[in-house]
Amino acid sequence: MATYLEFIQQNEERDGVRFSWNVWPSSRLEATRMVVPLACLLTPLKERPDLPPVQYEPVLCSRPTCKAVLNPLCQVDYRAKLWACNFCFQRNQFPPAYGGISEVNQPAELMPQFSTIEYVIQRGAQSPLIFLYVVDTCLEEDDLQALKESLQMSLSLLPPDALVGLITFGRMVQVHELSCEGISKSYVFRGTKDLTAKQIQDMLGLTKPAMPMQQARPAQPQEHPFASSRFLQPVHKIDMNLTDLLGELQRDPWPVTQGKRPLRSTGVALSIAVGLLEGTFPNTGARIMLFTGGPPTQGPGMVVGDELKIPIRSWHDIEKDNARFMKKATKHYEMLANRTAANGHCIDIYACALDQTGLLEMKCCANLTGGYMVMGDSFNTSLFKQTFQRIFTKDFNGDFRMAFGATLDVKTSRELKIAGAIGPCVSLNVKGPCVSENELGVGGTSQWKICGLDPTSTLGIYFEVVNQFMFHLRRSPFLQVFNNSPDESSYYRHHFARQDLTQSLIMIQPILYSYSFHGPPEPVLLDSSSILADRILLMDTFFQIVIYLGETIAQWRKAGYQDMPEYENFKHLLQAPLDDAQEILQARFPMPRYINTEHGGSQARFLLSKVNPSQTHNNLYAWGQETGAPILTDDVSLQVFMDHLKKLAVSSAC
Amino acid sequence: MNVNQSVPPVPPFGQPQPIYPGYHQSSYGGQSGSTAPAIPYGAYNGPVPGYQQTPPQGMSRAPPSSGAPPASTAQAPCGQAAYGQFGQGDVQNGPSSTVQMQRLPGSQPFGSPLAPVGNQPPVLQPYGPPPTSAQVATQLSGMQISGAVAPAPPSSGLGFGPPTSLASASGSFPNSGLYGSYPQGQAPPLSQAQGHPGIQTPQRSAPSQASSFTPPASGGPRLPSMTGPLLPGQSFGGPSVSQPNHVSSPPQALPPGTQMTGPLGPLPPMHSPQQPGYQPQQNGSFGPARGPQSNYGGPYPAAPTFGSQPGPPQPLPPKRLDPDAIPSPVIEDDRNNRGTEPFVTGVRGQVPPLVTTNFLVKDQGNASPRYIRCTSYNIPCTSDMAKQAQVPLAAVIKPLARLPPEEASPYVVDHGESGPLRCNRCKAYMCPFMQFIEGGRRFQCCFCSCINDVPPQYFQHLDHTGKRVDAYDRPELSLGSYEFLATVDYCKNNKFPSPPAFIFMIDVSYNAIRTGLVRLLCEELKSLLDFLPREGGAEESAIRVGFVTYNKVLHFYNVKSSLAQPQMMVVSDVADMFVPLLDGFLVNVNESRAVITSLLDQIPEMFADTRETETVFVPVIQAGMEALKAAECAGKLFLFHTSLPIAEAPGKLKNRDDRKLINTDKEKTLFQPQTGAYQTLAKECVAQGCCVDLFLFPNQYVDVATLSVVPQLTGGSVYKYASFQVENDQERFLSDLRRDVQKVVGFDAVMRVRTSTGIRAVDFFGAFYMSNTTDVELAGLDGDKTVTVEFKHDDRLNEESGALLQCALLYTSCAGQRRLRIHNLALNCCTQLADLYRNCETDTLINYMAKFAYRGVLNSPVKAVRDTLITQCAQILACYRKNCASPSSAGQLILPECMKLLPVYLNCVLKSDVLQPGAEVTTDDRAYVRQLVTSMDVTETNVFFYPRLLPLTKSPVESTTEPPAVRASEERLSNGDIYLLENGLNLFLWVGASVQQGVVQSLFSVSSFSQITSGLSVLPVLDNPLSKKVRGLIDSLRAQRSRYMKLTVVKQEDKMEMLFKHFLVEDKSLSGGASYVDFLCHMHKEIRQLLS
Repeated sequence: MATYLEFIQQNEERDGVRFSWNVWPSSRLEATRMVVPLACLLTPLKERPDLPPVQYEPVLCSRPTCKAVLNPLCQVDYRAKLWACNFCFQRNQFPPAYGGISEVNQPAELMPQFSTIEYVIQRGAQSPLIFLYVVDTCLEEDDLQALKESLQMSLSLLPPDALVGLITFGRMVQVHELSCEGISKSYVFRGTKDLTAKQIQDMLGLTKPAMPMQQARPAQPQEHPFASSRFLQPVHKIDMNLTDLLGELQRDPWPVTQGKRPLRSTGVALSIAVGLLEGTFPNTGARIMLFTGGPPTQGPGMVVGDELKIPIRSWHDIEKDNARFMKKATKHYEMLANRTAANGHCIDIYACALDQTGLLEMKCCANLTGGYMVMGDSFNTSLFKQTFQRIFTKDFNGDFRMAFGATLDVKTSRELKIAGAIGPCVSLNVKGPCVSENELGVGGTSQWKICGLDPTSTLGIYFEVVNQFMFHLRRSPFLQVFNNSPDESSYYRHHFARQDLTQSLIMIQPILYSYSFHGPPEPVLLDSSSILADRILLMDTFFQIVIYLGETIAQWRKAGYQDMPEYENFKHLLQAPLDDAQEILQARFPMPRYINTEHGGSQARFLLSKVNPSQTHNNLYAWGQETGAPILTDDVSLQVFMDHLKKLAVSSAC
Repeated sequence: MNVNQSVPPVPPFGQPQPIYPGYHQSSYGGQSGSTAPAIPYGAYNGPVPGYQQTPPQGMSRAPPSSGAPPASTAQAPCGQAAYGQFGQGDVQNGPSSTVQMQRLPGSQPFGSPLAPVGNQPPVLQPYGPPPTSAQVATQLSGMQISGAVAPAPPSSGLGFGPPTSLASASGSFPNSGLYGSYPQGQAPPLSQAQGHPGIQTPQRSAPSQASSFTPPASGGPRLPSMTGPLLPGQSFGGPSVSQPNHVSSPPQALPPGTQMTGPLGPLPPMHSPQQPGYQPQQNGSFGPARGPQSNYGGPYPAAPTFGSQPGPPQPLPPKRLDPDAIPSPVIEDDRNNRGTEPFVTGVRGQVPPLVTTNFLVKDQGNASPRYIRCTSYNIPCTSDMAKQAQVPLAAVIKPLARLPPEEASPYVVDHGESGPLRCNRCKAYMCPFMQFIEGGRRFQCCFCSCINDVPPQYFQHLDHTGKRVDAYDRPELSLGSYEFLATVDYCKNNKFPSPPAFIFMIDVSYNAIRTGLVRLLCEELKSLLDFLPREGGAEESAIRVGFVTYNKVLHFYNVKSSLAQPQMMVVSDVADMFVPLLDGFLVNVNESRAVITSLLDQIPEMFADTRETETVFVPVIQAGMEALKAAECAGKLFLFHTSLPIAEAPGKLKNRDDRKLINTDKEKTLFQPQTGAYQTLAKECVAQGCCVDLFLFPNQYVDVATLSVVPQLTGGSVYKYASFQVENDQERFLSDLRRDVQKVVGFDAVMRVRTSTGIRAVDFFGAFYMSNTTDVELAGLDGDKTVTVEFKHDDRLNEESGALLQCALLYTSCAGQRRLRIHNLALNCCTQLADLYRNCETDTLINYMAKFAYRGVLNSPVKAVRDTLITQCAQILACYRKNCASPSSAGQLILPECMKLLPVYLNCVLKSDVLQPGAEVTTDDRAYVRQLVTSMDVTETNVFFYPRLLPLTKSPVESTTEPPAVRASEERLSNGDIYLLENGLNLFLWVGASVQQGVVQSLFSVSSFSQITSGLSVLPVLDNPLSKKVRGLIDSLRAQRSRYMKLTVVKQEDKMEMLFKHFLVEDKSLSGGASYVDFLCHMHKEIRQLLS
């Protein structure tokens, strides 16, 4: 605890909490003067290898409106076996099990180092996880093949008792019945018609009529508690079947005429997936994993028509109110997202296509349910393959790094009120004395539901901001939509809203490392002046990892120096950023786009678009320096921005 | 009796006397008649004999015409001679002769029989008296339906004169000839016919029944006579015509009786004695006859009224009409006489042989009667005439009729890229009637008279007769029926069609599984798929197949050849049906055989444990139709369905069966579809060329009226197997299925009937859809389906140019080729009503009237429909009586020869299940039959309404021909015999209680009658001649019908006999249907009312 900063970092390390202000205003007046809201970033499931789970239930404050959990900050009267709730000051008797409590015999939850504690609740039956694959078949042959392989591979990564289901869609939506012998069976739905959950369940035979059919074979239901769904079966039972089924999966057979997009019923497919789980497994951990290779083109949730000559909406169209399907589609997906969230399920979206796929409209599906959103160019890329694989990684305990059905309950002492939360959550609409009337993010409640989360999921209420960040934030894809499609914007924002501070900062202001013969690798300014001929630059924007070889370095490499034993140091220099990049690639989710480029390469644009244009074609000669690389942009440089900011700050003070 | 009774008052006698006006009067006055009769007789004799003579002489028609005159002279002798012959022929001879004797005067009456023979009469007319005599004969009965023959001739004589001279004349002769032949050839029936003559005598003597009856009999004979003419070939037309003219039917009371009696003798006594006398003549049928007679009186209270001659009635009541004396529907003469030589279609307006006759056709410019049959081959020139006659002008068209192997199927003509040559104005297709002019450079359309240029590539020089030199090289210039290859202009969306597809849609609900249907069907399909229809010498069928199973949801199957196992795709969204797959649904059988077999093996297993009892229906058809649409082809759906579709879906039905509605104004609702969804769907199907064949396996009410809407409108068929059980019904079902799957079908068809100026097609009956008033749209059309077309005048017709019909059918063959089939038919036109009546065909008429009535029940109360039928029939006959028959007493019933069976057949229509349901007939049965009849051809309606009853042990075991039929009446059954009865749908084997033990043993392999299992449906296969013969006969009967007839063995006096008796249509039915005799009396009454 050397410095205050370290203290803050340590706190974050331990509790997954980081505040925008570490000293709080003492009065309402002071508080109103703060421009930056008082907020924290909370990572509820921050991995704590050192934290032993507690195998009993928490002790709650007995005041029905409070129910705060006993914690190290509570006042405890060891002799009277009482504790005072530090939120409502209610005095509570310890439960009988705590009879032996004393100053030297404290339960874990009273020890100061357990400011974060994890209870393992023993109640309730364990239900298996559910993975429902929703697969687009309107793909190119090799894309589909790659996807099929990824899916087949994933079966081996699933917990053996997990239930898995398969829905495929194109012009129609097919719900595959698993474990059929001799004939493969699927239920087919029109891709243009929205159905209520009730209808879907009727049509899938999940309601009453299905029961008599099972009664006909009385042996089965008992043996198989989840027989009520022929569509979701334990992996270990049907992995062979499902592997074959996936193997036989064909491209959508309906002909697509010249000048048309394939008819893709994403909206209905999702609706059916949601309806299926809603009817069969409400309030259990379930992932709907949508794999799509293009925009929905028909039915509810369609984003663009099937005429190729009419392009998918752009920011320009949206500004001009010219995106005719957007509102309806968004509404459709919002409705689905809310239903899913209500059921405690989550929706992942894996969208791989060169053009937009409608993430803008579908974003809430992932955002509200805590699902993943992954965007790539093709399923046949390592970006997708490895990202997908990474979903099934396990932690040091061998558990999957995913959690479901969380309820986040925030309690405050009387002086504080909750304005809202931002992150992959929905409101549970629990009002209380600590809920503020001013809403910020998802407000009006002290409880939120997080259907799916992982150790890095972070909810936040703004973040600490310094001017430099503000400059890059302005230029970041979160605010800057120029040159980004609506889908890309949605995608970036999705991730921004759920990452912790460090990662968020990287997203706002990419990190730039420099490798050269002049010294060890060092961070350099994210500025065009940092681009020098004899440097290798490594930029991490969270979504992209860019390795950029300066002009000279590139020429050397071209000349093959790295292969000459006498220039082994050059070889090492080239290797260093690669190794560092690899390290990042290994850890990051979703896996970033990895770009290895050099001076003058077309991919160099990824770097050039991020750096501060201190030198542009406008001022290049004015600066008169030979260093750095000019950036062709009309955007203002940090210098100009700061000047402007200062002027504003002064003028607003008047 | 009433009839008879009435007869007495009947001046009918007058008929004979019509000739003698005075006579009539006298007759009226009283019984002075005796003398009067005498006179007539004399007259009769004259003519009669003549006829008879002619026959014997020859035979030939030529003689007839000429003969006629001579006949007149010879009459008396002839008649006698004739008798002799007849008598010989029949056992009755003895009696008959006696009768004759009695009647000597009567003998002349015979002449009248001759008259019935009829046409002659016309010729005879001059003999005015003769005809009368004939009529008189009828008079006897009072109602006497004097064979129109006799009367007709007379009347026609005047009017006929011409006609007869033309064809009829010859015809008449033949008739006479026939007579001769009859006795010889035919056994009982014929004898009856002969009896007729005898009867006539009776007329005289016992004017009442006998005479009148005779006519009918004579009617029979006439036919033969017809045949006679036929032989000559062309003469056929003639003879037949003549025959048609009149059949006199017997019944009427003889008011005239008194008159008659005069001649005859004491009327009352006469009656009784006569009858006896007749009996002998009539082959002993008399005995039974009496029975009926009594009935007669009973049923129709009206009978008495008939006579209006109250007095006589009383005496008459005791008498009954002699069933043998009324025209018999069992017709052997046409069969025997016209079946031997081909029917050559070269001559305009020929009446073809009856549908019960086996004959070959030679196409020489007119379409074969297998393709088109008309109600009349000589149509009135003006609409006034047509209205007067009330004879519907209709054609029953079977465009894709199957031909016997001896006849060539229509040639296919390819006119190249320009397509078939057509009239520029009316678009009629090139046909033999088109007139080439200006040296062959132009042609005048025979339909609209427009003059068209002959395209250069089609040019050909004309010979000296104005005929193209290449006329005989080109089917379209020399044949009545041929096909054109259609060009792309005739195709949907201007694209040549893809080969059609068959989709099998199988109900797999609990009922279907439980009965074993699904297993049976799947097993059968495995082999049946090898026999899909193929075209010409094609090695494999071009037809693709697909499979769907369903209960309340649908299961589609992907059976793509590349799959290791079939894929099932369930569509539960039945409210908004769609096809879930494209590729792999419709496949080539050979390519996907392994997958298909695997699928068919698995279907019964997959649903073995189903508890699902609800089904849908409309979505199933919709799915099939959508699948065809997606595949851009036409095709056929084979739907196997078990229950009322009550599952929540479009077209959901409720059980609305309510017997209480029968005989109320709301009865029609039972025949109407419950909802409009079915029609809407049918329309879509037709647009796609999607034909639906429906196989129903109901355990209870399934609302056939609604379910059959789509098959009906798409040209499909409905099969119904009530209470289906594999053990009992599998043979019938599989046989029907095989035939249905294998039969050649045309798809996506449009039929247009063009006519020459003056008439036009106004109404259409059959299984099809029409979106405008001229185009008959058929999603599918097979060789069993007919379309009945009614014509009306819109202008005056010309005797010289006649009237032309051209039926053009555009369709896609089962190989996917687009073709046009053209049928042409030329008809005569007449200015004399007699010509119309002489060229009618009753079987076709009944076909039309039945269809008209069966459609009528959709919109009108059944009673109204029945009344309309009776009224129309009465009008037809009354018009004849008024305009064509010789003047005669009103008490006589005079029928045109061609329509002598109209009353009996009409009665059969009236008492059919649709129009008069018995207690055991379900609403579904009625709806089923209603729609079946709608697309029946003439052969089918003929046997359907009047079943065939074949005695099995009368003829020697060695004889290989079908035994001659007997009339469908219980009286004809001998308890020592075994009979087969068939009506095209049902087949009964009736075993008399006193059948010889040996016969029982040979057929059933049991030792006595009592050990025969009632209700047996299969005869044991035994190695003895009788068993082989009977089984062979059963097989051959089945082969003649388009549906498999399930056999039911019925024992005399067994409770199942009721079922059988339902088909004895000449008897009074349990549901209140009149007996033949009763109805005849009723009809007579109606006619008289019209006449008065």
